[in-house]
Amino acid sequence: MKHRSLFARRSIDMAIRVLSSLAALIGIAMLGWILGTVILKGYSAINWEFFTELPAPPGMPEGGLANAIIGTLLITIMAVLIGVPIGLAAGVWLAEFGQQSKTAEAIRFAANLLMGTPSIIIGVFVYVVMVMTTGNFSGTAGAVSLAIIMLPIVARTAEDMLALVPSALREAALALGVPRWKATLGIVFRAARTGLLTGTLLAIARVSGETAPLLFTALNSPFWPESFNEPTANLTVTIFNYAMSPYDDWQTLAWGASLLIAASVLGTTIMTRGILWYRSR
Amino acid sequence: MQTKTQTNLDPAFRWLTLASGLAVLLLVGGILYTLVIGAMPSLKHFGFGFLASQAWDPAFMEFGALSSVYGTLVSTAIGMLIAVPLSLVIALFLVEIAPPVVSRLVGGAIELLAAIPSIIYGMWGLFVFAPFLADYVQPWLAAVAPGFPLFQGPPMGIGMLSAGIILALMILPFITSVTRDVFQMVPAVVKESAYGMGSTTWEVTRKVTIPYGIQGVVGACFLGLGRAIGETMAVTFVIGNRHEISASLFAAGNSIASTLANEFTEASDDLYLAALIELGLVLFVVTLVLQVVARWWLRRTARKMGAVR
Repeated sequence: MKHRSLFARRSIDMAIRVLSSLAALIGIAMLGWILGTVILKGYSAINWEFFTELPAPPGMPEGGLANAIIGTLLITIMAVLIGVPIGLAAGVWLAEFGQQSKTAEAIRFAANLLMGTPSIIIGVFVYVVMVMTTGNFSGTAGAVSLAIIMLPIVARTAEDMLALVPSALREAALALGVPRWKATLGIVFRAARTGLLTGTLLAIARVSGETAPLLFTALNSPFWPESFNEPTANLTVTIFNYAMSPYDDWQTLAWGASLLIAASVLGTTIMTRGILWYRSR
Repeated sequence: MQTKTQTNLDPAFRWLTLASGLAVLLLVGGILYTLVIGAMPSLKHFGFGFLASQAWDPAFMEFGALSSVYGTLVSTAIGMLIAVPLSLVIALFLVEIAPPVVSRLVGGAIELLAAIPSIIYGMWGLFVFAPFLADYVQPWLAAVAPGFPLFQGPPMGIGMLSAGIILALMILPFITSVTRDVFQMVPAVVKESAYGMGSTTWEVTRKVTIPYGIQGVVGACFLGLGRAIGETMAVTFVIGNRHEISASLFAAGNSIASTLANEFTEASDDLYLAALIELGLVLFVVTLVLQVVARWWLRRTARKMGAVR
């Protein structure tokens, strides 16, 4: 081994310490830069009309994104109604029945693959299955895309959380003659309540900022959402369309929508972390 | 009577939950099947030449994946080149250097980067970062390395370079958090022995922590790679969307995901649509392979290091 003086070794060590602290600083600076930009530019776009008015043609003042806000809410709610029950049920099977069986391992593997699948691929899939067959873009197709993205996240977190519930609880219930479904839904679910809630919240946070799967499923619309069988206005696709437009007032609206999306996604994420942190104490 | 109806529900409960689990399995197979069927006209028409052709002309129905694949690979490569070393030193900072409180705060901030939706990165990239790059960084790069083929052409901001840098930011938190976990798995006794012999922090890291955790770090990089390759909105905003291959990183290009995002709703012709779906198929297969490799690798590493999973 090469001999180095203590001074040289200490200097190298110091240099690395400085370097890695700098790298961490760069990471935080970038976070600050992005969030700062979104807050500054978005803040000026948000006013009463933003929440109450339909989008106006470029050049006209007083346009808002009320239809897109409602559309995003509706699509997300519908996605939750589809994705969460199926996800929870899958989690129940993995934790309560499947356990270490081959089928369970295959489902876990598939869930991991699905979690890592680019969201635009989910969009293409739903387009082929739902939009091509029915012949029109629809809010339903958008909700299904988001539900598919939520499904593996909910299933895997639900499984982890249910597995944490001590089996003594299940055994006690079963010994009293309670049927399995009742023991699971009434007792195990109650014990794992917080965990299931945080898993669901994380999944919602993940999909509410998604754009790619909505681009060619829900599409977008300048009107109020009236039916789920037609293109439905939503915030993220609106951001994309408006940002790419040459009009200043549309770009300003896009910043407002960005702030709204960023605030709700980060808010949900931080809240979830808070719940987990509070629970772990 | 009451008890009888209750016990009869159990098999139904079991089958219902199993069906939900199988739905996940069916979805992955269904996506692959659907993409193959959807891409069939293009698969038949262009064959394997699709992957090698640079043509992309909807007017003459000539389609090839080469420029999109090239753009995906180059932007991902830039992202990885920046994100991997940066993540390693940040993980080092979090595990070895920072006091626990600082480590938790900084770690939380870095993880927050992962929670920012991709479209926000896109907005910031298009309106803030790309102009910044064009005004300050690109002229400087061109001046420092005159004639270097990667830094040719007008500094527009938008293009491969900005797409790559933004990808780096987006995958940074993923690689950092896995690397941090891997570094933390190194038994304290081993590290303490090295410290006890008078090693400095860097020597412990280089000779103990990194050799011990290198495989986990490689797995983390694969996971980051899988993310970067399918990233859509942020890339679509800043890559410039041009179906041409240029040597310069300043030039606009496209990626598979950005081509899909931009052109899918415009594809009026069946062959055009099938060509786009085939691009999607290529992307899906690549991410599947990357993920299978990454999971297998991480699992093997975890087993080797004696972690309970």
